[in-house]
Parts: sequence; C-alpha cells; structure tokens
Amino acid sequence: MSESSLRVVWVYPDLLSTYGDRGNALVVERRARQRHLNVTRIDVRSDQAVPTSGDIYLIGGGEDRPQRLAAERLRNDSGLVRAAENGAIIFGVCAGFQILGHEFINDLGAREPGLGLLDVWTTRGEGARCVGDVLADVDPRLGLPQLTGFENHQGITHLGQGAKPLATVTVGQGNGTGDGTEGAWRDTVLGTYLHGPVLARNPALADLLLKLALDVNALPPADTTWYDALRAERIAATSRPA
Amino acid sequence: MAGTESEPTGARDASLPARAKIAVTAGRVAAVLSQKAGRGSGSVIGGKIALRLDPDLLATLADHLDVVLVSATNGKTTTTRLIAEALRAAGPVVSNALGANMPAGITSALAGGSDARFGVIEVDEKYLAGVARDTRPKAIALLNLSRDQLDRAAETRMMAEKWREGLQDTEAVVIANADDPLVTWAASSCKKVVWVAAGQAWKEDAWSCPACGGVMQRPGDDWFCQECGFRRPNPHWALQGTHVIDPQRGAWPIQLQLPGRANLANATSSAAVAAVFGVSPQVALERMRSVTAVAGRYDVVQYQGRDIRLLLAKNPAGWLETFSLIDGPPAPVILSVNALDADGTDTSWLWDVDYERLAGHPVFVMGQRKLDLAVRLEVAGLQFHVVDSLEQAVRMAPPGRIEAIANYTAFQQLRKAVAG
Repeated sequence: MSESSLRVVWVYPDLLSTYGDRGNALVVERRARQRHLNVTRIDVRSDQAVPTSGDIYLIGGGEDRPQRLAAERLRNDSGLVRAAENGAIIFGVCAGFQILGHEFINDLGAREPGLGLLDVWTTRGEGARCVGDVLADVDPRLGLPQLTGFENHQGITHLGQGAKPLATVTVGQGNGTGDGTEGAWRDTVLGTYLHGPVLARNPALADLLLKLALDVNALPPADTTWYDALRAERIAATSRPA
Repeated sequence: MAGTESEPTGARDASLPARAKIAVTAGRVAAVLSQKAGRGSGSVIGGKIALRLDPDLLATLADHLDVVLVSATNGKTTTTRLIAEALRAAGPVVSNALGANMPAGITSALAGGSDARFGVIEVDEKYLAGVARDTRPKAIALLNLSRDQLDRAAETRMMAEKWREGLQDTEAVVIANADDPLVTWAASSCKKVVWVAAGQAWKEDAWSCPACGGVMQRPGDDWFCQECGFRRPNPHWALQGTHVIDPQRGAWPIQLQLPGRANLANATSSAAVAAVFGVSPQVALERMRSVTAVAGRYDVVQYQGRDIRLLLAKNPAGWLETFSLIDGPPAPVILSVNALDADGTDTSWLWDVDYERLAGHPVFVMGQRKLDLAVRLEVAGLQFHVVDSLEQAVRMAPPGRIEAIANYTAFQQLRKAVAG
C-alpha cells in the first residue's frame, strides 16, 4: 500500500453533496496524509463512469430528485457494485445510505430500486421529519467511541437479516424505525444518517475506513485535539435535557 | 415604523377603507408599545396585529404604489436599498429597509409610507409568490438561489419550482439573473423577463438541470443542458468588470461605496430595475453611490482603537463572495459562527466553504460553534487561534484593519460588541 496511492472516490458530488458532504472526503484525505499515506481523491460526476479500482468510496446526502437521478445512473453504471464485489470500502450517508439498500421512495412517490449492497430498504415516514443532533453507541464489534452527528431525513430505513445496525441512538431518531437503530453495515459497506459531516465529528470512524482499506488493525497516531474538543462540546450540548 | 422613510401618518391614511385604517392604527399602537418595551423596532408585531385585523391590508396598502419586489438567497437587503435609492430620482419611496422581509414586516413598512409613489420591498424567498399575488408588483428582481439553512428551509430546486409556479401569471417585469440556472428556470415561465448577466460565483447548487435533471455543462460563463436544451438566455443587461452594460450596449461605470463583486452585480440588477421606471442607468448609478453600510453590513467600526470591517456571510455562496472582497494577507481575519435557530442549527455547510482561501491571514475563530470552525480550519491546513471574545481576538490580532466575517446571529452579536 505504501508504494501505490490510496484512492478515495467521491461519488456524484454534482448530485449528492448537499449537506457539507465534501467534508467527509476532506477528513479521510487529511487523516490519511497525517499518516504519510499517498492519497488520490477522485471526484466522479454523474455523467462520468465510476472507476472500479478505488479503495474507499464516499456517497453523500442530497435532495429527493438528485437522489433518484443518482440511483438511476449508478444502476446503469455498475462501477460501484463491482468495486464493492472487489472488497472496496463503501460509505454512504443519508440519501447515499438509502441508495446502497434495496429500495427507497423517490421524489415522485414511487419505489426506486437501490444497489442492494446493504440488506436494508427505506420507506417514507408519516410523522415529523427527523431533524436534530444525534448521539449513538456504535456496534461494539467495530471498536469505536460514541457517534455524534446531525440528522435530517424523512426516510425510515428497515434492516434485513443481512445487515447489522451501525449504532444505537441514545439521542435522536437514527433509522426512524423506533427501535433505536442507526445506520447499517456488512463487511466493508457502511451507511449512516448522520451529517455533521459525520467523519469530522467522528475521526475514529474515518480511521476505521482507512484501516479497512489498508487491511490493518492499527494506524500510527494522529492528532485529534480539535476533533476531541468539538466532540466534547457536541456531546455535552446534545445530552443536556432541552 | 421601522424601515420606512416617509412620514408615519399622512394624506393616504384618510383614503384607506375603514377596516384598513383601524388595522393600520392598531398595528402602529402595538409597534410603539413593543418598541417602548425594548423589543426591537416593533415592525413585525405591528404588522402581525394589523394583518389579523385586516387580512387584505397588504393588498390595500400596495394598491396605491408602484411595487418592486426583491428576492434572493443573498444580497436582497442591499439590492433593495440600491433600488430604493435609484427610484428616489422619480418619486418618494417606501421600503422595508431593515430587512423585515416576511408579510408582517412588509405590511408594517408599507403602512408607514403614506405619500410614497414606489414601494421597494425585500421578500423572503419562501413568501415571494404570496407577496407577489397580494401586492401586484410592477417589477420583481430575482438575484440568485443557493443552499441556505437546510435543516429547515425548502431544498434549493424546490424553491425555484415554487417561484416558477407562483410567478408564471404575474404581470410584473421580472428582472432575473441569467447566470444562475435556478433563477433562470424560475423566471423563464414569466411573460416579461429582462435578463441580467450579473454573474454567480457559487455553482454547486446547479450542476443538474432544473428542468430535466441532466448534467449541466458550464464552459466559461456559459451554461446549458445537453439533454433538454435548457440554456443560458441572451442577457439584455450585463455586469462587465466594473461597468453596467445596458441593452443599447452603453457602458456605465459603477462607483459604489460598498465592496465586492456581489455588490457590482446587485448594482447591475438595480439599474435594470430602475430602467423599468424610466430612471436611466446614469442617474440610477449616481444615486447608488450614496449607499454606505446596509444594516451594519460592510460597516468599518472602531473598537479598542482598531478598525474592524463587519461582513455578513450566511451560507456557502455568501462566504465565497466575501472571501473575494477582503483585504489580502496579512490582514487579520476574525470568523464567528453560531447555530441558533435563525442561523440554521446544522453546521455541515461549513465544509462547503473554501476556508483554504484564508491561507496567509492570521485567523481568529469565535462564536457558539467555534470548535466546528476549528476542525474545519485544521483540516484545511490553516493556522488559527480559537478565542472566547471579540475583545480577545482584537487584542491578539497583528496590526492592520481587521476583517470580521460572521453568520447571522453572530453578526448581530459583533455589532452589539463593537457598540459597547
């Protein structure tokens, strides 16, 4: 890995980059560079082919119509599915998370097929939109500290047998199913509803993506002073009863 | 009442229908009471009470005026001010100059302008269609649309669609920015459109065609959709460097006291609006020169013996325009960001802003969400200091005029701090 470059592919920033999603790409790049890794970031616009040779794929949040367009184009392209089959790390946020599943409800109110990379499907919530700060405890198998983030979605995401919840909320709605689950994961495919951006709020999650991509158990330490300060402030502000 | 420039009472009140008269009076009383109670200008509460007593009041008040509506994500307060100054060449103007831009604040402002000929009104994007229906404007200026407060606002393209549907039957001349595909799409269903090439530095909300969803091609200043053929219209007016180009190809120098490319664009749109009412670009631009700070924005203030320029930037497009107008390094820069309800409570947008452009400036970060800024700047690879107050930032800042950039409530707090 040290010889070649780590390829971080940001999928469809023209469609799915509404909630500061560029931040997730910037944080992955930064955390890798702090470990003196060579990183190449590849931003793939939705009229371009998704390369199959990436190591980490990031797919972000977006509005309802761009989400449908993104799902259509990704189904036609097949690059992302092939990359996942090759064992690449795929990380989806919000609309991007929904696209990784079997289906979601599109802007026209119809069931839109996703990529089926995660055993989840999304329906539309009847109640109030899930908006606000979130705290969640991560699946212990992933060995990560508490997640902090900001959710903003109408979708409700249901998990099948083949997907594990990424985390369990202690504050906020998460997947919106009422059972407290937040996000989903299987092998090297992960999804979450959290913005913030989530990797800026949770550098350990960014490091996990790097470890999975490099197939290592540990990385050299990298400074997290400001991340830690932000996390402490957000966790305190979010835990405080309103 | 707040923001009006004419006498608070006058001849026209007498000609109002009885119900409207009672509503206007009740609104004024409420405004004065609210003002005395120290709750701001009172214009919003006054307008709310007046509208409750007479729901048609806005339409009644607008009936005697040549109304101009101004809406956009950014620049609407300043542009409203520029247009108001330009139109004063042709007659008295009433305007919601302090930015109370929802129906109650607008009603309140109009109720104060009894002998005005023109009503120049800033309108919140979400209320534009309704206010256009009620006030039957002669002109509507649409400047730009971009992401702003996504935790509660409608999505950007949905906003363009609301404008498109709400304005398609308007009799107004619509003055629209041809360089913004979302604005162009919103305006292109209107009957009478004057296209202005006013520029749009921020492009991230218009990569997919608002009409068909195709990927937008954007070579140079042009834009078009390869799939459905939707494309940039030929502009009638243009901003070229520091000149307004009129439809006859006449070039008029813009000499503003307000800084930045965005204000040159605002002046260009304002000149196009003024022309609708027979005010020439020469006269309009001459009058715009008198506009200095607008509601404290761009104001250079003295604080602790230092000059500080106060700059408001509420969203990524606004920050982008602001970075292009600040003094170069080593000018010290203070950034202040809050996430109160009026700001939007999700700070993810900080990551859409190219803070990398501040490299070389001494940077100080403050505000309720200074730690979000700290992480953002750390990832951008910048040097910065996190401070607890303006006073501390100013004390630490090296010599030179300080540029202070803040989002909405943080900006209000800076203004309060420098006022002592």
